[in-house]
Amino acid sequence: MDDILAILSSSSMSFLIRQTLLFAVPLMIVALAGVFSERSGVINLALEGIMIFGAFVGVLFVYYNESIPFLQEAYTGLKTLSAIKVDARDAAFTSQLTEYLLSTQGFSLVAMLVTALCCAAFSMLLAFAAIHLRADQTIVGTALNLLAPALVLFFVRLLANQNTLNIAGESSSWFMLKESYFGFGVKLTRTTKTASMGFFGQAFVNQVYPMTYVCILLFVVMSIFLYKTRFGLRLRACGENPQAADSLGINVYRMRYAGVGISGALAGIGGFLYATTTMSCSSNGDVAGFGFLALAVMIFGNWKPGSIVWASLLFGLMKCISATYTRLDFNTDGIYELAELGISKYIYKILPYVITLLVLAFTSKRSRAPKAEGIPYDKSVR
Amino acid sequence: MSSNGNKFDFAGAMKTVLAACGKALGWTWRKICGAKAVQASLISILIGMVAGSIIIFFSGLSSETLGIKAAWEGIQLVFAGLFSTGRDSAGTLTFGFNPQLMGNMLFRAMPLIMTGLSVALSQKTGLFNIGAPGQYLMGTAATLLIALYLPTGTGEALQNVAGEWITHGDTVSAAVYGAVNTPLVFPAWLVWTLALLGGMLAGALWGAIPGMLKAWLNINEVLACIMTNWIAANLVTWVFDVSALKNAVENTKMGYIYKTTFNGVQTSKLGLDQLLPGSQVSGGIMIAIIFAIVVYILLNRTTFGYELKACGSNRFAARYAGIQDKRSIIVSMAMAGALAGAGAALYYLAGNTEFYWETSQSLPAVGFNGIPVALLAANHPIGVIFAGLFMSMLEICGQKLKDLTAFNEYITDVIIAAIVYLSAFSMLIRMLLNRKSKKEGLK
Repeated sequence: MDDILAILSSSSMSFLIRQTLLFAVPLMIVALAGVFSERSGVINLALEGIMIFGAFVGVLFVYYNESIPFLQEAYTGLKTLSAIKVDARDAAFTSQLTEYLLSTQGFSLVAMLVTALCCAAFSMLLAFAAIHLRADQTIVGTALNLLAPALVLFFVRLLANQNTLNIAGESSSWFMLKESYFGFGVKLTRTTKTASMGFFGQAFVNQVYPMTYVCILLFVVMSIFLYKTRFGLRLRACGENPQAADSLGINVYRMRYAGVGISGALAGIGGFLYATTTMSCSSNGDVAGFGFLALAVMIFGNWKPGSIVWASLLFGLMKCISATYTRLDFNTDGIYELAELGISKYIYKILPYVITLLVLAFTSKRSRAPKAEGIPYDKSVR
Repeated sequence: MSSNGNKFDFAGAMKTVLAACGKALGWTWRKICGAKAVQASLISILIGMVAGSIIIFFSGLSSETLGIKAAWEGIQLVFAGLFSTGRDSAGTLTFGFNPQLMGNMLFRAMPLIMTGLSVALSQKTGLFNIGAPGQYLMGTAATLLIALYLPTGTGEALQNVAGEWITHGDTVSAAVYGAVNTPLVFPAWLVWTLALLGGMLAGALWGAIPGMLKAWLNINEVLACIMTNWIAANLVTWVFDVSALKNAVENTKMGYIYKTTFNGVQTSKLGLDQLLPGSQVSGGIMIAIIFAIVVYILLNRTTFGYELKACGSNRFAARYAGIQDKRSIIVSMAMAGALAGAGAALYYLAGNTEFYWETSQSLPAVGFNGIPVALLAANHPIGVIFAGLFMSMLEICGQKLKDLTAFNEYITDVIIAAIVYLSAFSMLIRMLLNRKSKKEGLK
């Protein structure tokens, strides 16, 4: 029993939780993006493309605005504040810290908002073709998946003269919380430090991006929005039986535009979150297939937000293990258990995809996709 | 046909063949240009290229270092990059016939035609084969393993750097070098054939997986293909990571697998290299064209092809008519995979390209580009040949754009994406064309 407790509260465990959230939350929010589109009746295969675009727009926004004086001041201020000795921290310190944190975190919120708007606009390419031109939605989605990395790389190369758009200096860590802000792990004397954060602090506060929590909040709010409001009910009706919805006076076209637009905004935010947290705020026209994985999470979660949470946590955990298994040491004996198993790293990398296939194979019978998804709505057809 | 003495004149023969091809092309052009599908594709192409030009124009204008002159040069290269001959001493772009680019276009068209055929064939059965990248990668792996591990005893390595190779002491050199001592030596043509067949088989297996999932469990083939793509990417990286085929001899080739010429395996050039000197062209393009013709005959002149197409039109009606729809779906996906695998085999067996083996983070673009090729060709196997040539021309244009201007090759991907986007509603364009021709008829 003690052993299990020790393992559960080890630093590896908190590291694992932190990293899993890092991967799971983008998956979660992008899967929800897929839900909004598909439950309004439009298949959104372009999630990957929109994520790529969102990552680019968000990073570009930070890139252009990073030299704004108040941000620079906030960042350098945070650095000096975090080095201040614990006993010298007073009320003035707290108000300064709050102000600086608000500046940087507020800036990240603005960046998310801009990303959401741009990606909603980008997803209109899908909406217009799918709703008004009655195009094949699979092909349009594929087109956007080709278009986004191409556009992004074209502009990144023009801007940065290389294939990655990086943020100068350390501004990628602007958005990160550090334990030293709260008086943990701060130097006392030359050789001693105050205690580090405990298990929960390590898992949920230190080196964590508040953007992640914003996205979790957004996930909850949007899920309630989809299920508990009149708009959400109407949106879902358009994905199940658009003719019936239309006969009740709901504008199916407008609802589907809204569904795809919200989908684009959420997927874009997910892309920006992914770029910020796992790629230290850089954009290279790639999100390593996360959009497609989110699609699988959505199907695994049966198009329901509640199940998507669990599905994305499972996938996030697997992604996390494949990325970090060499650094996991559960009982802190200096032996990295998973690395010691001698299993090739490629097994861990392949596993998420194989499990997706297996899950799809076993759940295909009870999988319940929105009935009208993928079928362009035609008023004249009964 | 001309012939000097007893030596067969390849170049002369090829010229005659090309002239005949030209006549045939002219005839085909007249025949197909009336077709609505072709017109719709041409309109998509035009709009796509104009969209690319507009992006170049505005990014050129808005940039401080570039200007309207640079933008104009970029646009010129987008449309006529194939005929670029570089810059003259005054720094202006020059254009003319460039055999090297022409040959490279044929070379790059080869895998595009094959993946295009792959996508087109599955589309005929009503399946969207987005798994071509994975099938292509599996084909690549199988081909390279066979072509490099079966010793032929005639490799470059033996003739050139044999002494140096032994000191490296890796398994390939042992396999290749050991071939001299061991009696087990295969003729190069046999290894070539086996490598091609192996590539096709691996691709077929990889295509059959989503096919089976679709047929038996009704899993969306798009999703299954996406998963198999990433599995293939990791699997192939794994295979080459543990193999001894990583190029350790040439320091500049870090991360690459040996060319097949290290083992003396190479597609015959069929004299095309004399016709288009300095280019990468290989006889594989002819094989790709033959594949296209075979697929055409299979789809349009056999019962089997009819069954596939019937399945694509209406799976349930086909089942009612006594066609085994499940078998058709699996076979169609397997054949699509085989075609994509063959594309990879032809590309790497040409012997002048290296495979970058760490693909676990990225999928080959040539696989995805099979989709626009098939869409542009309206899934017609013969049309795929021309669509593939066009796409590879775009790639060449992009390369020239990168080499000669401050713009980069990604603009061609933008153009391709625009074309795919437009071809999604080619029905609409065709409808507009129909309406137009009806109006003209009334007048």
